[in-house]
Formats: sequence, C-alpha cells, structure tokens
Amino acid sequence: MIDQFKGMKPSRRAFLRGAAATGVAAVGTKAAAEGEAAILNKQPWNQSLGAGVDEAPYGMPSPFEAGVVRKNVPWLTAESISSINFTPLHELDGIITPNGLCFERHHGGVAEVDPAEHRIMINGLVDRELVFTMEDLKRFPRENHVYFLECAANSGMEWRGAQLNGCQFTHGMIHNVMYTGVPLRLLLEEAGVKTEGKWLLAEGADAAGMTRSIPMEKALDDCLVAFKMNGEALRAEQGYPVRLVVPGWEGNMWVKWLRRLEVGDEPWHHREETSKYTDLLGDGQARRFTWEMDAKSVITNPSPQAPITHGKGRTVITGVAWSGRGTIPRVDVTIDGGVNWVEARMSGPSLDKSMHRFYYEFDWDGSPLLLQSRAHDSTGYVQPTKDQLRAVRGLNSIYHNNGIQTWAVNSDGVAENVEIS
Amino acid sequence: MSKFLKIVAGAALLSATTAHAETGLGRVATPAEVAAWDIDIRPDGKGLPEGSGDVYTGEEIWLEQCSVCHGDFAEGTDRWPVLAGGFGTLTGDRPVKTIGSYWPYLSTVYDYVNRAMPFGNAQSLEPDQVYALTAYLLYSNDLVDDDFELSNENFLDVEMPNADNFFMDDRADTELPIFSQEACMTDCKDSVEITKRAAVVDVTPETEGGDETEEAAAVEEAPAPAETPAVEEAALDMALVAEGEKNFRQCKSCHQVGDGAKNRTGPILNGVYNNAAATVEGFRYSSDMADAGAGGLIWDDAELTAFLANPKDYMAGTKMTFRGVRDEADIAGIIEYLKSFPE
Repeated sequence: MIDQFKGMKPSRRAFLRGAAATGVAAVGTKAAAEGEAAILNKQPWNQSLGAGVDEAPYGMPSPFEAGVVRKNVPWLTAESISSINFTPLHELDGIITPNGLCFERHHGGVAEVDPAEHRIMINGLVDRELVFTMEDLKRFPRENHVYFLECAANSGMEWRGAQLNGCQFTHGMIHNVMYTGVPLRLLLEEAGVKTEGKWLLAEGADAAGMTRSIPMEKALDDCLVAFKMNGEALRAEQGYPVRLVVPGWEGNMWVKWLRRLEVGDEPWHHREETSKYTDLLGDGQARRFTWEMDAKSVITNPSPQAPITHGKGRTVITGVAWSGRGTIPRVDVTIDGGVNWVEARMSGPSLDKSMHRFYYEFDWDGSPLLLQSRAHDSTGYVQPTKDQLRAVRGLNSIYHNNGIQTWAVNSDGVAENVEIS
Repeated sequence: MSKFLKIVAGAALLSATTAHAETGLGRVATPAEVAAWDIDIRPDGKGLPEGSGDVYTGEEIWLEQCSVCHGDFAEGTDRWPVLAGGFGTLTGDRPVKTIGSYWPYLSTVYDYVNRAMPFGNAQSLEPDQVYALTAYLLYSNDLVDDDFELSNENFLDVEMPNADNFFMDDRADTELPIFSQEACMTDCKDSVEITKRAAVVDVTPETEGGDETEEAAAVEEAPAPAETPAVEEAALDMALVAEGEKNFRQCKSCHQVGDGAKNRTGPILNGVYNNAAATVEGFRYSSDMADAGAGGLIWDDAELTAFLANPKDYMAGTKMTFRGVRDEADIAGIIEYLKSFPE
C-alpha cells in the first residue's frame, strides 16, 4: 500500500496556524541551538507520495493559494448578474493576468454560447452583408497581442475620496492577457466598407445585447476579433467563444459574445455611451466618447490587503502601470508622500497598450510611509494627482479616474488607503 | 497625443481602400437574417419599427414587468436604476442621472428597452409595447401628458431636456497639456498631511484573515432543516393554475420553473411549495433567508401567502426586490401554479 497524502488540503486557516506553530518551534529550537523545525523535522511531502498525473486534468493552483480569488463589493450593485468583481492585483506579479483571475463585468450574466450555433454578422454600409461561423473566423490570418483591458469605472468609487481598503477593490477592474484573434480590418475588408461607413456598432449575443459605437479609424487600426486568451479559449465570463478587443480603450467597448458588426455613417448613442460611461463635469455638462484610458499606475505591494509582515530592513515595493496611448517607459515612486521621488526599475516586456511591471527595493527603517507611484507614458503624459483631476472635472465625475493612489503604511507595516495634501 | 493622431490619420487613409480582400470566407447574409438581428435604433430614428403605444398602456405593462426593480413610478428600488426625476441635480452634490434629467436621446430608451428589458426576459416585447413603455417613461419624467401616444411618426418630435449638454471628449485640449509637463523629483512640497482615510469610511467588504473559513464552518454546523412534512397528494385546480401562470409573469424576470430551469436573479422555484426555505443548490440566499431556512421555515400556504403579499415586510433582509402581490386571489393562483412544479 502506497502511503499518499493526497486529499490533504489544508484550509487557509490551518495553514496560518501551521505557520505560526512553525515560527514558535523555530524560536524554541534556536534556543536549543539546533536549527529550524522546517529543516530538522521531516515533512509529510518529503516521505509520502503525491498525487499522480491526471489527478486534475485541468490544473488548479496549490491549495495554499485558495485565497487568491476575484472578489466583489456587494453594496455596489443590486445583485450579481449585472455587477462586477475585481482582479486580486496584490497577489499577482509580472504582467500577465491568469485567466481565472481576470475581473468580470456582466450586464446580463454570463452567456453560455454554443460555438457551433454562434455566428458573426457584418451588415449595414458594406458591399456584401456577410455571416461567419467560428470555423470561418479561424481561417483568417491570426495575430497575437498582449493588451490591458480596464473598465472605465476602475477607481470610480475613489473619485470623491479614499473608500476601499485594497488595490483589488480600488484598481482591480483591469486585466492583461495575450489575445489571439483576427484583425477586425480583415473582416471589414471582406465585406467591403462603403465610403460613407464611418462608424461601427459592435453587438453581443448576451441577454444585455451589449452595444457600443466605434469609429471606423479605430476599427481598421488595431482592433481584434479574438477567440483565445493566454493561449486557451476565452473564458465564458470573458465572452466565449469570441470577443472584440479594442486596445487601450475603455473595457465596455470590448464587446463579449460578439455576434454582430454594423457599419453606419453616424454613432448610435446607445445606453452604455450616453447614460453610462460618460463623464459628468462640475458644470453639469458631460463628456462623451472618452475612449482612451489615460496613463495610470498603482503600487500593489505593500497595500491594504498585502501589509509588510517582515519588519524593517530590505523591502520590495512593486506595482503595475499602463496607458491607452502607448507604453510606460518610466514609473516614479515616493515613500514620503511626494516630497521626493525615485525612478522605479521596470521589468518584463514593455508592450504597446499592455500592463507594465515596476519594482523599487529599499531598506525600510520602520517609520511610517506614504507610498505613491506615478506613471509616465510614451507620449510624455504624466499620471496626475486626484486633486489635479478634480480641478478639471469636478466632484461628480466617476469614470476614467487615473489619479495617483496613496497608501499610508504605519510602523507595523499595515497599509491604508488615504488621500494626502 | 501626436502619435495617436498619426495612427488615426493613417487609419483614415486605409478606410478609403477597404475593397474586397476576396478570401471567399463567410457567406452572404439573407435579408431575413439581417432583419432578425438588426434591431438597433439611432437618434435620427433609423431603425424604428412602425407602431405606437400610449401612457396608459405603458403603465399597465410597467406595473406588470418593470416596477419590480424600477418602482411603480420609475423611482427605482434598492440599487436598481432610478429612471425618473433628478431634474436640476446634475450640478449638485448628489446628481441623479435619469432618463429625464440626463439621457440625451429618446432613441436610446427605445433601443435599450427593446434589446435588454425586461431583465431576464430580453427581446420579448412587441414594438407597440416598447412604444407604450417609452411613452410611460416620458410621462414619469413629466415630459408628456397622460394622454400622450408615442409612435414612429411623432418620435423625433420629443425633445429630451439634457440633449445639448453632452460634448465630445476634449481631453486633448483641457487635460493632456497640463498633464504632460516635467515631473518634480526632489523637495516637491513643504509638508504632507493625510486628508482622507478609507478606514473612516469603512465600506471595504470583509477583512482579510480567517473570517470566511469561520463563516463557512458555521454554515456547515447549522442544524439541518426540519424534515419536510409528508404532503398529501392533492389534485391541482387547473383553472387556478392557468390563472396563476398569468400572474407568474411578473415573477419570471427573476425566477424560472420547469425543465431546464436555472437560478437567475432569484432561485429556481421547482418544488418550492411545502418545502424548506433556502434549499435550492447553488443560489446565494440572503443571510436572513438562509437563517430562516436553517431554522425550519417551510413554504406552506400561509407562509408563501404572507411572503408574496409583501416580501420586505415579511423578511426585511430578503434579496427579493419585489413590491408584492396585492390581490390575495392572485397569490392563491401563483401558489397553485408553483404546486404544479413539484420537482
């Protein structure tokens, strides 16, 4: 009989308890000058055999990572079908968001679309109104691109002041994945856009019938009709079997479960581009078609959900930055609330309209910190403070908040979401 | 910004040359197929079908299919959208963005109601019904009189009060120059004070740590729901079932019954009658409802009648955002209809 420890899935609580016990043991054994229990004692995984292949035909993260999940803020919406949850940015590193952690925003729940029954139609001001099957789509030349998708409402709850304690909640309406898809331009060329065709309506197959108007210039520039994310089929909650990718522009335009593209000579002014996702300014006027997402960054560690637990000494600050207008060549970091800044170290690929990763390592003396990051994009735009944004847009705006985020870290390493003078 | 402009200019050149690429992929759509999917409406009226509907007709449909979430007068219940009123609030401290106070185009109302409403039963309304609901929404916003009838003929005559208050994204002029200046790196300010704290606001859901585990454990350890009492097989009153089916329409935007029913905004209602509350698998009940179920609540005639008459009065914490059924005979019909789905 082979002794296995399969099925031993410690809860997060048991894990924490275990860690605490180990810590105590370490102190105890140090007194005995022997060493650490983690080394001196044999662990079950040192001796017993683990699970075999096929235990999980589709692999899942270690049970110790069970707390790394999307979360929602229940008070934001009436219920979960038309709602949002948030990417756990504080648990991630690098630039790619794992598929199962990409935030969700649905207006009529997750449509379960049978790809064999799915069609994409192009109609309106075209030479030929066409219908494609998923199989047809996959016979066009494909491209691979990494792009961030940020909801226009990301950080919207923070517009008037600091509200939510955690970068998952303040900045988690974003993900960054590699898409495989067909350039939208190729499908439009196949149909033949008429000269007066200046706008495109993209429509989803879900129960919200999501629609957005997209200017033809953008449609022909870099939009993709994508069916893969990070190498595998789109997740149902990300629009399986096919979604629109509108690089650098607000997430709502990236229509999921894409089923129709209509070419017209004027925009449609549908609900999500009039009632929603417009920016109400202080004078009662509202900006519409605020498509490109301005440069933005956030420190993901430390942050309220990820305090400093190791005490003073060597400390790593890290975070992410992105711009809807290009790349992020530089991010500045301050630990004293913006009196003095240093350039952070960028690491990982620097791709157009993709998330970028930055680090800043320093020796923490244990005194309170006021942490901020400030992104510079390839156009020369510098991420503004929230006060600078409010000076232009007033207090009633919600969407497109790309202001600088501040975390106050106290001497225990606990971080809080604050605003500073 | 200059780079973006170049991209746009380049793309504009391309647009003049989108001739056929002739891969031969796809096929030509039939007129019937295009007509089936091309339902969008534009501000200039393009796409509006022939039809008409008046305020009174709209109100009837509204009370049956819309008021559950949006309130009898489009004032909104819970956090569902408020659709009426809010005039004069856009520059105030708490702007209320409704169809009347904010939406620039009436075509958006028709288009959205037609494509996405009622929530959970989208694209089920006939053109005359959508015109009637649109007329009712105008009336709720005091924009038309109660004898108003809306049609494709007079649609463009309706003026929306906030139509002129939208303008094209002007960040290139108003923001980019200010936000593209050299950034200060040293001695940038004299002092720093904390001015706002999230901890004071305290609206972050759950704290990190073991709380979830504890809650989950508490649920597992909760006493099992009381045994379902033996129900005598009673013959259904089929006339009452039919009556109930009609009244159940107002429930259908949230609840499903029958084969293939799924949890939606509300749980599946198959077998709800005379069974323990809060037992549908996979549905996240309010804690009040879960507690009541765990405490032995059985949905018998008396309990269901009381609940359906006024859900929030019956149980303050219920997730069911429904005003209730006023007529007791209607409630009896709905219950009889639910009885016809024992499994």
